[in-house]
Amino acid sequence: MAALITPPRNHPTYWAFMVHRLSGVLLALFLPVHFQTLSTAISDAAAFNAFLDWSQAPMVKVAEAVLVILLAAHLTGGLRLLAIEFLPWRDWQKNLVATAAALSLAVGLIFLVNGM
Amino acid sequence: MSARIQTWMWAAQRLSAIVLAIAVLVHLGTIIYAVQGGLSGTEIVARVAGNGSWLAFYVVFVAAVAIHAPIGLRAVLIEMTPLPARAVDVVVTVALVSIAWTGWSAAFGLYGLGVS
Amino acid sequence: MEKTLDVSIWRGKDDGAYVSYAVPVRESQTILDVVTYVQRRLDATLAYRFACRVGMCGSCAMTVNGRPRWTCRTHASRVVEDGRLRIGPLDNLPRIKDLAVDMAPFFDKWAAAGGQFQGDTTRTDDFANVQPDSTQRQHAEKGIECIGCGVCYAACDVVRWKPDYLGPAALNRAWTLHNDERDTGKDERLRAVAGDAGCHACHSHQSCTEHCPKHLNPTEGIAGLKRATLLAALKGRL
Repeated sequence: MAALITPPRNHPTYWAFMVHRLSGVLLALFLPVHFQTLSTAISDAAAFNAFLDWSQAPMVKVAEAVLVILLAAHLTGGLRLLAIEFLPWRDWQKNLVATAAALSLAVGLIFLVNGM
Repeated sequence: MSARIQTWMWAAQRLSAIVLAIAVLVHLGTIIYAVQGGLSGTEIVARVAGNGSWLAFYVVFVAAVAIHAPIGLRAVLIEMTPLPARAVDVVVTVALVSIAWTGWSAAFGLYGLGVS
Repeated sequence: MEKTLDVSIWRGKDDGAYVSYAVPVRESQTILDVVTYVQRRLDATLAYRFACRVGMCGSCAMTVNGRPRWTCRTHASRVVEDGRLRIGPLDNLPRIKDLAVDMAPFFDKWAAAGGQFQGDTTRTDDFANVQPDSTQRQHAEKGIECIGCGVCYAACDVVRWKPDYLGPAALNRAWTLHNDERDTGKDERLRAVAGDAGCHACHSHQSCTEHCPKHLNPTEGIAGLKRATLLAALKGRL
C-alpha cells in the first residue's frame, strides 16, 4: 500500500489520477445496486417505499453524500482530463486539481445539507 | 484488437464522457432538488412516468454510461489485475450489455407506469 | 571525527540487497560523488554508469531515495533524509548488476514508436524553410532536448503496469517528429503510437513531467498524439 504513495508518486496530479480511478471503480460497483433499486420502484411499490424509509437513516444519508462526492469528483477530474487532452496545454493545471477537489466536496455537502 | 479499434474506443470513452458531464449535472441537480423535503416513490414516478422527455434523457444517459464505464473498467482490469486480455474483453462486454439492459429496463419501466 | 552519510546501495541483480556504506560528507558533493567514493575507496566490485558528470549525457540516472534522478546533478545535501541515502538502479528496466540497468528495451521502444526521422530530400535540394515561431515548430522545440536518460520511463506507472507500453520518452520523440514539417513518415508513425501500447494508455499522471531533469513535458506531447491519432482515424488514415 505504501508503494502507492511513496515517491515518485507523491505529487498532486498522481493523486488526482488515484481519486479518479477509485471513484470510477466505486461508481461502477454502485450502478447495479442503483438499477436494481429502480426496478423495485417499478415492480413493487411497497418494497420501494420500505427501501426509501430505510434510506432516511443517518448512516445512509452520509453514504449517499459520499456517493455524490465520488460522482462529483469523477466528473470534475474527468473535465480536467478532457482539458489536458483536447485543449492547448496550460501550466496552471495543478490549480485545476485543487478546484476540482473543492467543487466535488461542495456539491457533496450541498447534497447532504439539502437532504436533512 | 488493433490500434485503430483502440483509438476508436478511446474516442468513444471521451465522447461519452462529454455526454455524461451534461447528463450527470442534470441528474445531480434533479436529485438535489427532488430530495428536498424527503424522497418518495410517488414523487419519482410522478416526475418520470409517461414523460417522453425524461425517457429520452435516461435512454441517452444509460447509453453513455454503458459505453463509458466498461471502457474505463477495461483499463483498470488490464493494468491492475493479472487477467489475460481475452478475459478482460469478455468481462467488459458483459458489463456493457448488463448496464444497457438493466438501465434501459428501468427507464422504460418507469416511463411505462404512466402509460395505460 | 568527520561526518559521514549512511548510504544504502543496491547490490546484485533481481534478488540482491541493499548494503550499507559510510561515506564522508564533503561540501557540494553529488550523489555521483558518493557512489564513486564507494566504488573507489570501499568496494571496487560496485557497478554503476556515468560519463560526462555535468548533466549532458544522461548516463548516471539512478533511483535516489525513491525518485529517479541524474546523480551528477543531485546534491547529496538536497536529498539526504536523516543522514541517510538509499541508492538503487532505475525502475522498469532489466537489471544487469547493482546500479547498472539494461537500456535496450528503452531504446527499442524509441525505435518502435517511429523515432527515426524520415525525409525525402537530397543534398542537391534546397533547405527546408521552417518558421521558428509556427505552432508546429514550437511543439517540436519543446521536446527535442531529450537525451534519452530514462528518468521519465523509470517514473512512469503505466510502464510498470503494462510491459508493452512505449513510454513517455519514445512518445515524446514521436511527437517532435510528428511536428517536424520535413518528416514524411507521419501516417506510419501515428499507426505505431496508437492503441493500448501507445499514447492511449497514458493516464496523464505526469510523473514523467514531474521528474524530467530537462523540464520536458511528455504528457503534453502524448495528449497531442491522442488528438493526432483521432484526426487520422477520422480521415481513414490510421
